Amino acid sequence: MTDTALHPSAFQAHGHDHAHHHDADHKPAFFARWFMSTNHKDIGTLYLIFAICAGIIGGAVSGLMRAELAHPGIQYLQGWASMLHGGEASFDESLHLWNVLITAHGLIMVFFMVMPAMIGGFGNWFVPIMIGAPDMAFPRMNNISFWLLIPAFTLLLASPFFGGAGNGWTLYAPLSTYGEPGPSTDMAILSLHLAGASSILGAINFITTIFNMRAPGMTLHKMPLFVWSVLVTAFLLLLALPVLAAAITMLLTDRNFGTTFFDPAGGGDPILYQHLFWFFGHPEVYIMILPGFGIVSQIIATFSRKPVFGYLGMAYAMVAIGVVGFVVWAHHMFTTGLSVNTKMYFTAATMVIAVPTGIKIFSWIATMWGGSMRFPTPMVWAIGFIFMFTVGGVTGVVLANGGIDDYMQDTYYVVAHFHYVLSLGAVFSLFAGFYYWFPKMSGKMYSEFLGQLHFWVFFVGVNVMFFPMHFLGLQGMPRRYPDYPDAYEHWNTVASVGYMIMAAGMAIFFVNLVWSLIAGKKAGDNPWGEGATTLEWTLSSPPPFHQFETLPVIDGGRDH
Amino acid sequence: MAGGARRTAILAVVGICFMTGLAWASVPLYRMFCQVTGLNGTTQRGLAAPGATDRQVRVDFDANVSPKLAWKFAPEHPSDTVAVGARDMAFFTATNTSNKPLTGTATFNVTPAQAGKYFTKIQCFCFTQQTLQPGETVRMPVIFYVDPKMLADSDAADIQTITLSYTFYPSDAEGKADRGA
Repeated sequence: MTDTALHPSAFQAHGHDHAHHHDADHKPAFFARWFMSTNHKDIGTLYLIFAICAGIIGGAVSGLMRAELAHPGIQYLQGWASMLHGGEASFDESLHLWNVLITAHGLIMVFFMVMPAMIGGFGNWFVPIMIGAPDMAFPRMNNISFWLLIPAFTLLLASPFFGGAGNGWTLYAPLSTYGEPGPSTDMAILSLHLAGASSILGAINFITTIFNMRAPGMTLHKMPLFVWSVLVTAFLLLLALPVLAAAITMLLTDRNFGTTFFDPAGGGDPILYQHLFWFFGHPEVYIMILPGFGIVSQIIATFSRKPVFGYLGMAYAMVAIGVVGFVVWAHHMFTTGLSVNTKMYFTAATMVIAVPTGIKIFSWIATMWGGSMRFPTPMVWAIGFIFMFTVGGVTGVVLANGGIDDYMQDTYYVVAHFHYVLSLGAVFSLFAGFYYWFPKMSGKMYSEFLGQLHFWVFFVGVNVMFFPMHFLGLQGMPRRYPDYPDAYEHWNTVASVGYMIMAAGMAIFFVNLVWSLIAGKKAGDNPWGEGATTLEWTLSSPPPFHQFETLPVIDGGRDH
Repeated sequence: MAGGARRTAILAVVGICFMTGLAWASVPLYRMFCQVTGLNGTTQRGLAAPGATDRQVRVDFDANVSPKLAWKFAPEHPSDTVAVGARDMAFFTATNTSNKPLTGTATFNVTPAQAGKYFTKIQCFCFTQQTLQPGETVRMPVIFYVDPKMLADSDAADIQTITLSYTFYPSDAEGKADRGA
């Protein structure tokens, strides 16, 4: 969309060309198509299927945790641990299982659900189409990117059967170096190596595609905001992931080859690991949310039937978030003994990020202002995203204060904060994008009734689940424990009820998905009408196997 | 197009290599950064004390031994009160409680971390490895002063107590064999 002045009629013609072109739609046989795929749309579909499977597993893990946390005391852990060990589990083994669960939930949701869905799924599907390219720059590398995720995920899922990695998703030393012997932590680390390699290859691919394969006339300043968001994300991946790879390689050598990078006995420092991890880890949170910003920008503009407000500001706000995101990492380490001046810097720098983020929030609202709005399912998810992300942003500004963090560190307030921006922010944008593009990807319309129902049940569920965690955190309940004093029971029970409501919402989603694929109405080329101005809506639904045999030409028109 | 794509991809790979190199370089850079700035309570080294001022601080001594090293290790006095800027000497005693010679190295820092920049050691047993014969007891001195520049630092001026902490670990060769297990 943006302000790109397109000639819809010209593209309609192209779309028909494709539909009737015999060679263009020749698909390889099943195995070659899905297992040796070099087609960006098929790889995108694989990524989405993978992310949905990982999301089911990661979501089920959080269900186990909410079941255990519903009431004080240890109810189920011992039983689960006994099942896993195939014999009566000791109390320590059950507590270790808790650590394994929180680690698995974090790693799965970050590396195997949100990132594959956002970047691998929607990025692969729509970045080439939106810039008028026939495919990604390196289709075979794209294939490797996806298939690296399979062994990565397998390693992580297998690790609980070798003792289980219970370090938390941050893998802090010294627990991850000599606190937890056995192969499972090595497996988790190797899993991250593979997932990281996959993302780095993907980042090279996106950067090359976006810089070199734009259709004639598609200048950088005419690219849809979703493409901008993936471009910034790819740069963050490129600069942040090598640091994670190096840090966890040091963990591996500390564990297995007697080095002492993070071991004070040999002159190392565990705090160095935290610096390296969060130098990656903070950009990582923007890696997870920026593509969501892009998706929401497309949707808000489409259903307000207006170009997005302040296009250039929106694009460069994402660039600014990406740049500043690299110099705020130590706000995750306020309690590691930083000097007052260092804390002041990281507090101030962190709050600076609220400025470009605020530009985005207000520009979305300004886009809706005066638009002729409609509220189909993708739009309600997008508006839900803006609301939830803002709530998470506000608690983020609170936590950005080094002084307040002395109190809040590792409480449920932090859990509430990052679930509002990720589990509600990023996930809402994923659902928004899924409903928005489902007709394009599948050629079928989803059920509007079930989509709306999914939204409202899910919205109520996640808020009932996560909002009480603010109260628990303010009262001092620490995270990462399976038990708590009776005083915290009330809000924990409420949160667990919220989980059940959310799970019901997810059931509606899957019913909708299956029903739509089987019996959904056929979707036209552009089911969203005049507001949907990006190139994917000029193609058939689903798009031809190879699109843009003749490159689209983007009208010179209004440049920025 | 193909040439442009190759160039972009090569630049991207260069960027990845650069960041990987930077991450590995951060290990020595971080150590140097700590030594220069006193981050994490890293102490300084000096040659001579500048002379006493009329401000007193208490220095607490803390001694620890890794469970993997069969030593007893303790300060002779739990604390000293010294004038800022004055030279002071404190003794620690270490005993090898095993029946074989053991070599240890001490790591050290001070808290509060802001004092690291000003806590200056002239001589310390922690600068070198120490080997103790079976049953041997040695007295080990540390000579230090607190730099008066601390009184001009708004972050550190109000520090009343500095804790100097040592932890003895088995020195490299022995330690590696233990950790590998």
